[in-house]
Amino acid sequence: MWLIRAFEESVSELVGTGEVVGLVHVSIGQEASAVGVCDVLEARDRVYSGHRAHGHVLARGADPAAVMAELMGKAAGLCGGKGGSMHLVDVAHGVLEATGVVGGTIPLALGTALALRETEPGAVAVVFFGDGAVQTGYFHESLNIAALWKLPVLLVCENNGYAEFTPRSAHTPVERVTRHAETYGVDARTVDGNDVVAIREAASALVAPLRSGGGPALLECLTYRMRGHYEGDPAKYREASEVAEWKAKDPVRRFASGAVATGELSAEDAAACEAAARRAVAAAVSAARSAPFPAASALTEDVGG
Amino acid sequence: MEKTNVQAVHDTLLEEFRRDERVMILGEDVGKRGGVFRVTEGFSEEFGTDRVLDTPLAESSIVGVAIGLALAGMRPIAEMQFADFSTPAFDQIVQEAARIRYRSNGQWGVPMVVRMPWGGGVRGGFYHSQSLEAFYAHVPGLKVVAPSTPRDITGMLRSAIRDEDPVIFLEHKATYRGVKGEVPEGDWTIPLGTAEVKREGTDITVFAYGLMLHHCLRAAEALAADGISAAVVDVRSLRPLDAATIVREARKTGKCLVVYEDNRLFGAGAEIAALIAEEAFDDLDAPVMRIGGPEAPAMPFNKPQEDAFMPSPELIGDKMRALAAY
Ligand SMILES: Cc1ncc(C[n+]2csc(CCOP(=O)(O)OP(=O)(O)O)c2C)c(N)n1
Repeated sequence: MWLIRAFEESVSELVGTGEVVGLVHVSIGQEASAVGVCDVLEARDRVYSGHRAHGHVLARGADPAAVMAELMGKAAGLCGGKGGSMHLVDVAHGVLEATGVVGGTIPLALGTALALRETEPGAVAVVFFGDGAVQTGYFHESLNIAALWKLPVLLVCENNGYAEFTPRSAHTPVERVTRHAETYGVDARTVDGNDVVAIREAASALVAPLRSGGGPALLECLTYRMRGHYEGDPAKYREASEVAEWKAKDPVRRFASGAVATGELSAEDAAACEAAARRAVAAAVSAARSAPFPAASALTEDVGG
Repeated sequence: MEKTNVQAVHDTLLEEFRRDERVMILGEDVGKRGGVFRVTEGFSEEFGTDRVLDTPLAESSIVGVAIGLALAGMRPIAEMQFADFSTPAFDQIVQEAARIRYRSNGQWGVPMVVRMPWGGGVRGGFYHSQSLEAFYAHVPGLKVVAPSTPRDITGMLRSAIRDEDPVIFLEHKATYRGVKGEVPEGDWTIPLGTAEVKREGTDITVFAYGLMLHHCLRAAEALAADGISAAVVDVRSLRPLDAATIVREARKTGKCLVVYEDNRLFGAGAEIAALIAEEAFDDLDAPVMRIGGPEAPAMPFNKPQEDAFMPSPELIGDKMRALAAY
C-alpha cells in the first residue's frame, strides 16, 4: 500500500510538471482493495483491470520502474510505451489486460476462468472494475454467464461512489452492487474498502471455494478516491466535508496505525516501510526518466492480423 | 462572431434547444457537469433534466433510448464521450437506426444525431484517439459528417438536428480549441452531403476532412512559397459523399491527393480515390495518391509513435510536392 501510495503521489506530481501526460487516473484512497485482494492470489491466478490500474499491477508485483516508464511512454515500459496509464499489461505477473473501455475486461475474466478450470484447476481469474462499470451490459451479461457456468472468477467492484463527475445515485437506484449478485445466486460480500485487513479476509473467504470447483463470487469494496476522476480534475462536484470525512479513513494510515496499535508492527518498521516505498519510487522515476523513447518504427510491430 | 470549434458546438446546440422544444440530449455527464468538453454547460439549468439527461455508463442503451425517443417524435442527440466508446452502441446505430427508414417502407425515420468527439494527436492513447468514420460511412441509411471549422460545424449541426434521419456527427477533438473562425449571424444551414473548396489552386488538388484539413491547408500555404498552387477541398461529409464537387475539383488539376488519419486501408480515402479514378480518369495526370493512418490497430500512447501515426503538415507537404512534380 505504501508503494502504491508513493507511486501515485509521484505520478500526480509528474503530471503537474508535464513529465507524465495524457489521461491519468490514480487510485489514491482506494489502495486497500488492490492490496487486500492480490494478497490472497497466487502466481498462477490471472488478473484483469480497467482505467485505474496502477495499484492492481503494482500489487501483483510489477516492477515500479516498468510501470513508471509506461506512464512516461518509454520503451522500457510494461507495454513498450504503447499503452500509457490506462492500458497496463504485465503478463509475467498475471495481469492480462487493463482497458480504457469501461467494463470491457469483465467478460474476458470469465473466459480466462473457463480455461483455467480445465487447464489449471484451482487457479482463479479476478477482474477489478468501478461502480460505473456495473451499469454496462458487460457486467450484467457476465454475472449471468459466470453464475450459469459456475466459473472460478472473482469480480471485484471498487465502489468509490462516483462515475466520473456524478454520484452513484445518478446512475442507479440499486444501492449495493451485491444486490445484483443475489439475483443470480452469486456469493457476494460488501466490505469497508478502506480496511485492507477486512478486504483480505473477505477475498480469502470468497476465493477459497473458487479454488475447489465453486464460483463465481463478487466482492464490493466501498471506498473513495481522494483525488479527481483524472489528474487535473478539480472535482468541484464533491462537498469538502465528504472529502474530509473520507480522508480520515485513509486506508494506508489506518492500516499502519492499526498494526502499530496492536503491536504487530513497530512504529519504526512502519516508518521504514514508507521510506523504502518512497526510495523505490524515486529510483523508478529516475530510471524511467533516463530511459529512451521507443522507436517510431515500432509503430507497426506486433500488430497480429 | 469569431469562435472556436467547441464553442460552435455549444452555441449551436444552445440555439437548437431554444428553437425546438423537441430537442434533447442524453449522455454520460452531459447534465450537471455539462459534458467532458463542456459543450452542454448550463443546459440542465436552462432546459431541465427532462431534456438534458445524465445517463449511466451504457452507450448501447444511450443510443437505443435515443432511437426510441426519435420514433416518438422527439429530436434526440446522443452524446458519446469519445467516438471510441461508440462501439458498444454500434449495434443500435447500425442494426436499428440505420435501417428503420428502409424497413418501414419510408413511413418513418430516426431523426437522431449521435455526436462523437474523434481523432488523435492529443496523447489520448488507444481509446481516446480513434477514427471510426469508415465503420459508419459504410452503412446506407446513416449520414456521416465531419465538419471542422466553426462555420461548418454551426451550419451542419443545425442541419443534422433538423434532419429526418440518423446523423453521425463527428467533431475532431484536436480542433476543438485549436481551430477558430468566423461564424455569420442568422439561422442559416449548410446541407449535409456537401464538400467545400477551402482553398483554390491550380497545380494539385488535396482532399481532406477533420484535423487533416487544417494540416493540408498549412502545407498548401507552405508550398505556395515555392510556387506550387494547391487546391484544398474539405470533404466534410462522408455519407452522402459530394461526388459532384469531388469529381469537378479533381478534373481541374488532374493531380489528386487524399489525406486522412484513419487507417489507410479500407478507409474513406479509398472511396474518394476510387470515385476519382472512375469518374475523372480522362483528366488525371497522375495516379491518385493517399496518405492515411498506418497499419496499427490503435493510436499508441508514446509521443514518437503517436507522431508517426498522425500525418504531419511536413509529410503532407512532401507528398504534395511529389505529386506536383509527377
Ligand atoms: C465504454 C466507456 N464509456 C465511457 C468511458 C469514459 N469514462 C472513463 S472512466 C468513466 C467512469 C468510470 O467509473 P467507474 O467504473 O466507477 O470507475 P472509477 O473511475 O470510479 O474508478 C467513464 C464514463 C469509458 N472509458 N468507456
